[in-house]
Amino acid sequence: MTDEREMRQVYTEKLMELAEKDDSICVLEADLMKSTGTAPFFEKYPERSFDVGIAEANMIGVAAGLASCGKKPFCASFTPFITRRCFDQIAISVCYSNLNVKLIGTDPSIMAEINGGTHMSMEDIGIMRSLANMVIFEPCDSAMLSASMEQVVNYKGPLYLRLFRKKAEKVFDKIDNFDLFKGIEISKGKDCTIIASGIMVARAINAAKTLKKEGISVGVSEIHTIKPIDKDIIISAAKRSGAIVTAENHSIYNGLSSAVSEVLSEHFPVPLSRVGINDRFGEVGKAQYLSEVFHITENDICDAVKDCIKKKKAKK
Amino acid sequence: MKVNENSYLNTQAKKIRNLTIETIGKFGVGHLGGSVSIAEALSAIYFDAANVDPKNPKWSERDRIVLSKGHAGSALYCALALKGYFDISLLDTLNRNGTTLPSHCDMNKTTGVDMTAGSLGQGLSAAVGMALAGKIDKKDYTVYCIIGDGECQEGQIWEASMFAASRKLDNLIVLLDNNKMQIDGLTKDINNIEPLDEKFKSFGFNVYSIYGHDADLIAKTIKKAKKVSGKPTVIILDTVKGKGVHFCEGQVSSHSITMTEEMWKSAIKE
Repeated sequence: MTDEREMRQVYTEKLMELAEKDDSICVLEADLMKSTGTAPFFEKYPERSFDVGIAEANMIGVAAGLASCGKKPFCASFTPFITRRCFDQIAISVCYSNLNVKLIGTDPSIMAEINGGTHMSMEDIGIMRSLANMVIFEPCDSAMLSASMEQVVNYKGPLYLRLFRKKAEKVFDKIDNFDLFKGIEISKGKDCTIIASGIMVARAINAAKTLKKEGISVGVSEIHTIKPIDKDIIISAAKRSGAIVTAENHSIYNGLSSAVSEVLSEHFPVPLSRVGINDRFGEVGKAQYLSEVFHITENDICDAVKDCIKKKKAKK
Repeated sequence: MKVNENSYLNTQAKKIRNLTIETIGKFGVGHLGGSVSIAEALSAIYFDAANVDPKNPKWSERDRIVLSKGHAGSALYCALALKGYFDISLLDTLNRNGTTLPSHCDMNKTTGVDMTAGSLGQGLSAAVGMALAGKIDKKDYTVYCIIGDGECQEGQIWEASMFAASRKLDNLIVLLDNNKMQIDGLTKDINNIEPLDEKFKSFGFNVYSIYGHDADLIAKTIKKAKKVSGKPTVIILDTVKGKGVHFCEGQVSSHSITMTEEMWKSAIKE
């Protein structure tokens, strides 16, 4: 089932709600205010909203300067422009300086749809994951985004919010006791566990249901913070099911699957299969078409689970 | 042009310069040329213009000072030490293992440094952000930002300048160390950035072009700039790379130079 509201609406509303009590919150845009959906913030708080124009590198530096004076700047653009376009500015002015700047990347990976390859960042998590001090957070639906925003605002330090901006598939009705740094165990299974993030969580849940009908017991764990990653949820899933499948809307290099496999290989090695984009650039198309092209559908997850269970059996 | 070499500010500049030569000299190698070329600018800022308190370096009302040409960190540390931010003996740790005084400025390591810089062009954007914060909070602090002429080859300088003027940041004063040299040669030969005055004017800045080795003149010009409203200011300082160091003054090789004890001692002026 699709969420009632777009993620960007929830983002802006929560930010405005929090900004009522916290006048240090600022919003910076680089000519994509309409895409991010922050126009209402600009209207309500014109004195702390800045559209810097088409100059992302400067936006990051300005945000760093604001943060050094106690402000909490939220800078947004499409995922490739907020990450790879200003990597050095993020590295030096934000992460090395350890300043309280929030980066919002919208339309992650295939969700850039008809903007195509130039606007499709399959590598943004990898880029951000390589930077010391950076936190990477990708909410899977509007309930999670809503539950998380206060913690995002109050987290002191660089944070990258990877935000699908339209209506997500609903995963949670409501989340109580949300913890930014802890994954959520949605279900348990003895044959395999799917560890998923972002738009892939809903697909993982559906895949687990389909597999259950075939007599395969599959659990689903959701990971929203890819760095620092919740090791415990990964290790306990590995211990319980002995096989792990990762599912992400990102390159299989340097994203969720890399982070999960690092944890597994260091702490509790079990067979792993990965669903994600296999070393390719993007192209234009609708999400469903692109999901098929890049093999990140529910069916691809089912196949990966079966493949992983085979590997587990072969190991015995 | 008559420079009063013995004025208070020019004496402070001389101290900054001598201390910079000694500090880099004792380590044996460093960014000498572009450090000594800003001695007068640092003197004018720290010993006249800036409203700062070395005993309270994080004071929220203070003027902010960003050395965007972060490789001149050594000169900044000497100015900070002379101003009383830390003991002069700390300068002997420059670039040594575990130091709080790294070659390029680091706001988290050095007391009194307001912004990390070293990757050129970035400090000016941060300075613009600080000026913007001052406007939001209706504080009347000034942000001083020292940039290099070679640094003006970075596109980010112009992104930041366009935005600073667009937002009418009259609380931002940029000091441009126009020493006309960069690592690979003369700036005009590598990638000519002149005419700098016309460029900044066209970007909406209030522009002064002055001799850059007279701290009194720089201080006087800053006072004029502070009276200008609705525009950021750039003071283009006509400087000489390696100024005052007899073995490398006006030489491209002064950017980063190796020195023997005999060399640096011979360059210290009474």
